Amino acid sequence: MSISLKLNNRTVQLNVTPDVPLLWAVREAAGLTGTKYGCGIAQCGACTVLVDGEPTRSCVTPVSSVSGKSVTTIEGVSGATARAVQSAWEKLDVAQCGYCQSGQIMSAIALLQQNRSPTDGDIDDAMCGNICRCGTYMRIRAAIHEVAQIKGQLSHAGR
Amino acid sequence: MRGDSKIACVSRRRFLATGASSTAGLVVGFYAPTSNGFFARMLAESREMVFAPNAFLRVATDNTVTVVSKHQEAGQGIYTGLATIIAEELDADWSQVRVEPAPADRDLYKNLQFGSQGTGGSNSIANSYEQYRRAGATARAMLVAAAADRWRVPSGEITVEKGLVKHASSRRQASFGKLAQAAASVPIPAQVTLKDPKNFTLIGAEHLPRLDSRAKTTGKAVFAIDSSLPDMAIALVARPPLFGSTVKTFDAAKTKAVPGVLDVVKISTGVAVVAKSFPAAKQGREALRIEWDESKAEKRGTPEFLAQYRSLLEQPGAVARRDGDCIRALARAARTLTATFEFPYLAHATMEPLSAVVRLSANQCDIWTGDWDVSGVQDDASRITGLTAQQVHIHTLYGGGSFGRRGSGASEVVEVAKAIGGRFPVKLFWTREDDMRGDAYRPMYLHKLDAGLDEQGNLIAWQHRIVGQSVLGGDPGFIIDGIDVTSVAGASTLPYDIPNILVDLHSPVLGVPVDKWRSVGNSHNAFAVETFLDDVAQAAGRDPYQFRRALLMKDPRDKSMQLVAPDFMKPGLFAKFPRDRGVLELAAEKSSWGTPLPPGKGRGLAVHYSFRTSVAHVAEVTVGSDGGVRVDRVVCAVDCGVAINPDVLRAQMEGGVAFGLSAILYGAITLKNGKIEQSNFDDYRVLRMNEMPEVEVHIVPSTEAPTGIGESVVPPIGPAVSNAIFAATGKRVRTLPLYPNS
Repeated sequence: MSISLKLNNRTVQLNVTPDVPLLWAVREAAGLTGTKYGCGIAQCGACTVLVDGEPTRSCVTPVSSVSGKSVTTIEGVSGATARAVQSAWEKLDVAQCGYCQSGQIMSAIALLQQNRSPTDGDIDDAMCGNICRCGTYMRIRAAIHEVAQIKGQLSHAGR
Repeated sequence: MRGDSKIACVSRRRFLATGASSTAGLVVGFYAPTSNGFFARMLAESREMVFAPNAFLRVATDNTVTVVSKHQEAGQGIYTGLATIIAEELDADWSQVRVEPAPADRDLYKNLQFGSQGTGGSNSIANSYEQYRRAGATARAMLVAAAADRWRVPSGEITVEKGLVKHASSRRQASFGKLAQAAASVPIPAQVTLKDPKNFTLIGAEHLPRLDSRAKTTGKAVFAIDSSLPDMAIALVARPPLFGSTVKTFDAAKTKAVPGVLDVVKISTGVAVVAKSFPAAKQGREALRIEWDESKAEKRGTPEFLAQYRSLLEQPGAVARRDGDCIRALARAARTLTATFEFPYLAHATMEPLSAVVRLSANQCDIWTGDWDVSGVQDDASRITGLTAQQVHIHTLYGGGSFGRRGSGASEVVEVAKAIGGRFPVKLFWTREDDMRGDAYRPMYLHKLDAGLDEQGNLIAWQHRIVGQSVLGGDPGFIIDGIDVTSVAGASTLPYDIPNILVDLHSPVLGVPVDKWRSVGNSHNAFAVETFLDDVAQAAGRDPYQFRRALLMKDPRDKSMQLVAPDFMKPGLFAKFPRDRGVLELAAEKSSWGTPLPPGKGRGLAVHYSFRTSVAHVAEVTVGSDGGVRVDRVVCAVDCGVAINPDVLRAQMEGGVAFGLSAILYGAITLKNGKIEQSNFDDYRVLRMNEMPEVEVHIVPSTEAPTGIGESVVPPIGPAVSNAIFAATGKRVRTLPLYPNS
């Protein structure tokens, strides 16, 4: 069985059954392993991808439910916000083991695309679904604030 | 395998296969005496085959410096740390430095404290420091000699700075890359001079970018669970619901009917379903019918263990430490206190569950893994396959967290590969539920403490009894006179100046698998010691900080005591004096200890020495009217000798605080009739973003040899928070976690 999907701005045909979770379609059928398995029940956020820009736990999302929608994984992120997020992550050396960070970054990109200057409370709400066992939360928060500040300065300067 | 621009995860074999002429250059290894022949052999190889792996670094003609890490990177920053040490002595420019994991070779890449190739005990930097410095200094000396020869100037007139070799008076300079081939022909210097630490420019630099950040920010970092080979199958194992049971019979008919299932094989731990995809393997496993032989299984649960442990708590155990006559001192004390503590089993819950890929042929076994015990994986695979250790090739990948887990998780998949006759490569991984229910846990422990004060409120007697499983499985190197030294770590090594001390231990044998968990015995011992000491301070009417400080005025190493420990551990059982007091004072100062806090808030302090590093935390908490605790801020002070990468050290402190908080707030694995009751992150809660406190780290400046950090940060956070809750509410936490069943 084959399913057609818009993945990272390209239409792909994946040889999977419709009920297969998007996570496994992406990892095994499309070979994109930046999106991680962590819990399988939408508790940890390691599998977060964007579906039409919305952060989505791919481990509980049947691949058939995203047919016709645009799926973005860590490999396919682009645009000013994504670049700023990845750049802040690197600048602050957020990652430790790094396993959860694709999911963290996807959640952060979605947050910053919808909210240019999130408060600490906004960050808690948007990010508390993403577990990090290395405990990089402080730096994730700082990196999100850093992106907001840089973007704020850019827009203030009329760019 | 993928790698980003900085981390070259490419094996030697692939280099050789693709040709290496464009990057010919210098290879430098351990400065081992040539008598054992291996260094000479390595050098010979390096000249003929440029990318011989028997080395800690190589300099290529493209001017890259590639450091070979003998330690596994699981988030602790060791790739960056080892590269910093070599780059420092080499005077390399940080931008030219790369890292790659070492292949399996225990002669060359053994952990100098373990004697085998492996990463643990928070000793990676400590055991490698001088070795990697010498490797860097040797390479530098050879580059200098090559330049002196080429320019016909005395080598003493040559300087090296940021990757450039210079001769000032003739205004000549050359990059490492330009000198690499010539340097490869220079005789190895018999002696090299290491830098005076006060001249370090990279070691201790405030922020050197981590070498693994780019890969881990773009999704390109490859973990074992991500690795893939052509025609690779996916395997899941059905393991018994009760520990200690085995497969009696199984019926795989329905499983084999599932589309995509390729094979079903019995292995030592259960029944493996091999399929074309994870969903097929999972569906196939659910369709299995297995009858288990439960005759030898552990069928008891947490209530039964508690009853047994409580009874043991009243009986004398094997003595781990004896100073003076504690029983007599307690009997004569003007005032006594007693308390019991209960600590649950804990899971490691690494974000990446156990995973490994194996490709097996008649004469070779290749394993892709993030396991820390490289020699153990190699030995296990050799034993299972009948191949020699040299025929087992380990390709080390990033580990998605370790915390004591991920030791030798590749055995099952090697068994599967053998059972299917190596027909195709196999990736085996554990689901979250497999991992939560099949971990080797931090053991459950019960503690009982008794203290005696004299008429003046001086602490004159301290008795500490510990009951819990040994994680060492009878390792004679560590178990002496019935004492597993890891079970009493941080309790038998109490640094406080108390005249009469007695610490004893019971190590009941149960069927629940247990293993080391970030900081091992210190994880519970520090909690019991540091919270009970607060009770004693309260009883004596003393400030907890001043009370501890007064008990740390003498070097415990000067005290006469009977302390059970293996000889090799004895030099490091206590902190170098007065490091413990130093971090205590620093944390107190930086946290404004003693200044008033608003109602509902409290401040608590704890200090602990483990893995040769002293750490003190001051925690500030808010306790709501509903009793809910929020940890607002943690001020940390650490003395770990020279801080190789201060920012990586801070990251370890921040993360270790979060790891410790997860355990004391929520962490509990419980058993009912032998079955683990938890299964995933919904019923085994861990700390999340909204619960993370502000963590402020203060590092004691030092030029002394570096010591551990990954584990040392964890033990004092629990008691610091518990003491803060006591300060805020007057209520004492003695049973963990704070929020069971939440």
